[in-house]
Amino acid sequence: MAAALFYALSLICIVSSLIMIFHKNTMYSVLFLLVTFFSVAGLYVTLNAQFLAIVHIIVYAGAIMVLFLYVIMFLNMSHIINFQKSKAIKIAATATGLMFLLVIIAALSSATYNGNVTAGHEIGLASTLGHIIFNEFLIPFEVSSILFLSAMVGVVIFNKKDLIDE
Amino acid sequence: MNETLITPDLVMAVPLEHYIAVSAILFSIGIIGVLMRRNLIVMFLSIELMLNSVNLLAVAFSIYHNDSNAQAFVFFIMVVAAAEIAVGLAMLVMIYRNIRTIDIDALKQLKW
Amino acid sequence: MASFDTTHIISLLVPLLPLAGFFGYFLYGDKLSESKVGTLASGWVILSFLLSLVLFGQIPVDGAIQVNYFNWMQAGSFTVPFAFQIDQLSVIMMMLVTGVGSLIHIYSIGYMHGDNGFSRFFAYLNLFIFFMLLLVMANNYVLMFAGWEGVGLCSYLLIGFWYKNPEYSAAANKAFIVNRIGDLFMLYGLYMIFKHFGTFVYSDINGMAQSVFNADTAIIGIITLLLFAGATGKSAQIPLHTWLPDAMAGPTPVSALIHAATMVTAGIYLIIRSNVLFALAPLTNEIIVIIGLATTLVAGMIALKQNDIKKVLAYSTVSQLGLMFFALGVGAYAAAFFHLLTHAFFKALLFLGAGSVIHGMHGEQDIRKMGGLSGKMKYTHITFLIAVIAIIALPPLSGFFSKDYILASVFGKSPVLWFFGALSGLLTAFYMMRLYLLVFKGKSRMPEADAAKIHESPSVMLMPLYVLAGLSALGGFMNIPSIFGGSQWLENFLKPVVSLSELHIDHGTEWILMGISTVLVLGIVFWTYNMYVKKNDVPESDAVLATMPFANFLNRKFYFDEFYDAVFSQPLLKFSTFIQKWIETSIVDKVTDSFGMLSFFLSGQVRKLQNGHISFYLFAMVLGILGILTIFILL
Repeated sequence: MAAALFYALSLICIVSSLIMIFHKNTMYSVLFLLVTFFSVAGLYVTLNAQFLAIVHIIVYAGAIMVLFLYVIMFLNMSHIINFQKSKAIKIAATATGLMFLLVIIAALSSATYNGNVTAGHEIGLASTLGHIIFNEFLIPFEVSSILFLSAMVGVVIFNKKDLIDE
Repeated sequence: MNETLITPDLVMAVPLEHYIAVSAILFSIGIIGVLMRRNLIVMFLSIELMLNSVNLLAVAFSIYHNDSNAQAFVFFIMVVAAAEIAVGLAMLVMIYRNIRTIDIDALKQLKW
Repeated sequence: MASFDTTHIISLLVPLLPLAGFFGYFLYGDKLSESKVGTLASGWVILSFLLSLVLFGQIPVDGAIQVNYFNWMQAGSFTVPFAFQIDQLSVIMMMLVTGVGSLIHIYSIGYMHGDNGFSRFFAYLNLFIFFMLLLVMANNYVLMFAGWEGVGLCSYLLIGFWYKNPEYSAAANKAFIVNRIGDLFMLYGLYMIFKHFGTFVYSDINGMAQSVFNADTAIIGIITLLLFAGATGKSAQIPLHTWLPDAMAGPTPVSALIHAATMVTAGIYLIIRSNVLFALAPLTNEIIVIIGLATTLVAGMIALKQNDIKKVLAYSTVSQLGLMFFALGVGAYAAAFFHLLTHAFFKALLFLGAGSVIHGMHGEQDIRKMGGLSGKMKYTHITFLIAVIAIIALPPLSGFFSKDYILASVFGKSPVLWFFGALSGLLTAFYMMRLYLLVFKGKSRMPEADAAKIHESPSVMLMPLYVLAGLSALGGFMNIPSIFGGSQWLENFLKPVVSLSELHIDHGTEWILMGISTVLVLGIVFWTYNMYVKKNDVPESDAVLATMPFANFLNRKFYFDEFYDAVFSQPLLKFSTFIQKWIETSIVDKVTDSFGMLSFFLSGQVRKLQNGHISFYLFAMVLGILGILTIFILL
């Protein structure tokens, strides 16, 4: 049952991401990526990482996807945009991706890792992660807030029309 | 306390290699997306997909090795991804304003 | 390094002062007024002259002062010291160079007045004095060669001083190129010296000469021939004499200083300096006699039919230099050096007098348009006359003593050679009298308007003339022969450097020889006076000249220039044109061009990689990562 859940989520995840990259309508791409994100969140849950699953949904589905949709609306591009690369490039891109897959699998299969040792059950919990983040990773955590702030300032400056014109 | 939580057999039911395979496939799909699309927005989406696949891999290793540091890293990766997307989309909007398109092949001035 | 006593410092200062002058005007010349530049430039050289006098007083009776400063070049066994040798020979040359040099500097203040390149002129003159001093003071052949090339450079710069005139520039090029031919031989001579002696220092070479000669008799002959070939270039001997007459394109003071008094005597100096070697090479000496004799006679004949005041003097210089070589060839080194000195005085005086005439006549140089200047330029006339009497060797002026000394030495060798030498003296007498009478005596042959404008030169130009006139008149008393009860001071003074010529003829013969030559010269003087003053003969115009075969032959200078042009220049030019046309443009250019085109093409291909498309770059990046990962796995 648990294994079936994993395979089902994986399948949804892969299929929807394939649709995402091949769909001609940008809006659909974004929505199918949303599906992928939700299924990845489900995979997190199967991995007993509840906190990250929640954060994942909040950040990606709640913030980033909304941002994408907002930009699409802003640029008024909900219609089908049809500029395609030539067939040769598409084939080359696919081949490259598949080669990449092959290489990664080859690399990972040659690595030795002792999986299934002692799976921790509590490490995915919010309390456990909270302890880690606010003890060991306190300074990176605070720095990341500064990163957000600077990103925000950057975005504002980028899109200030007066500054661009001058 | 453990018994009240999610059933542990959920974790152990699938070998680690399968998680690895899934994330590798997702990563490759992201690469294909970046390479074969001309639409800047879809390219960004593909990049997000690749980031996600890496996150998935990190979480899987974290659980199977009983090490919660990896989950903290994933948390930070999400932070960086969010910041990156915010800035990237801002640039995209600016590009659109300047050249009235989001076709990546319209950007061919990156040379001297 | 040796301790620096006063001799070191003084002998270093002698050449350095003019060099400092050169750099001074080169940098600041345009900011100084003419009078300041002139005074300063002359001042440096006069100071050098005074220091040379001090050194003259310090010379030991029989020996030389060696002043070593540092090693100029060193590579393995090849060592060239930067060192001076102050001995009897070089100190007299130093006094000559700085003494005549300073007079000519002073003269130039007047002559070059108002010229645009005033300070440049003095810079070159000072540089010339520096190099000339280096030439005569060096204690080894390489340092001397540095000075030798340096004076060649200054000569080039000064001949082409008015470089805007293409003819003058061509004359400068000619002088430089012809000198290069001689220098090439000389350089090869230096290689030979190093190969067989292992050193360049004069005193070492002189010490080893006999042993090298014993080992292989031909070596010394070859070395001396090569050195002599170098000397023919610098001292304008046949076949390399053609540059000197053309060198008259330079300002007249330059002709006086460089092309009469000092630089052209460098070849004589070189041979006297190497007299130990030349004494061991009889064949070379014979060649020197032949060349010297040929030069003095040919140049003398050419001078008979020249109509440019400076050209006559130029050929006269060539002729006198030939006479000096003639003397060197028979081994009369002291006599040659004596004539070098007196010649420097009276030839400098002649040139400066000619310069004064040209200055007074506003640039006119053709003697056919002069005449009767004695009344208008009284002082120039008197000094010029003294110089003329000196050069045609009438007693008791300096030329008489030196020329007689040469002829007496030659007669001891062979009466036939004496005859040719005396003939050269007669030619000299004829062309000099012709020049003098046509310029200063007879009727004025110029338009009245021009005649009214003729003026005597300013006193700054006349003063050097007086001094040189005094030297020309009295210079001969340096070496009064025993026949007049003299002590032959110069020859005795030079004894440490130059072995005495033993060929002394008895006094009776000498009296007869002197009498013959003097009477003949006087006869020529009357003949020319009769011809040019009484009968008022004027040299033919160019058109008439062309109809007279032999005179035309002389006027055209034996067709030396045309001969060289036809035999060397034209074939070379044709060959070069051929090379340029067929090999350069169609082969060399194509090959080099094709390399250029190839790299242009290849880089154009590579450039396509950088096409500016972001997606292409992304693709490249992914492929790169893929490659790195693959390598990583395979390793």
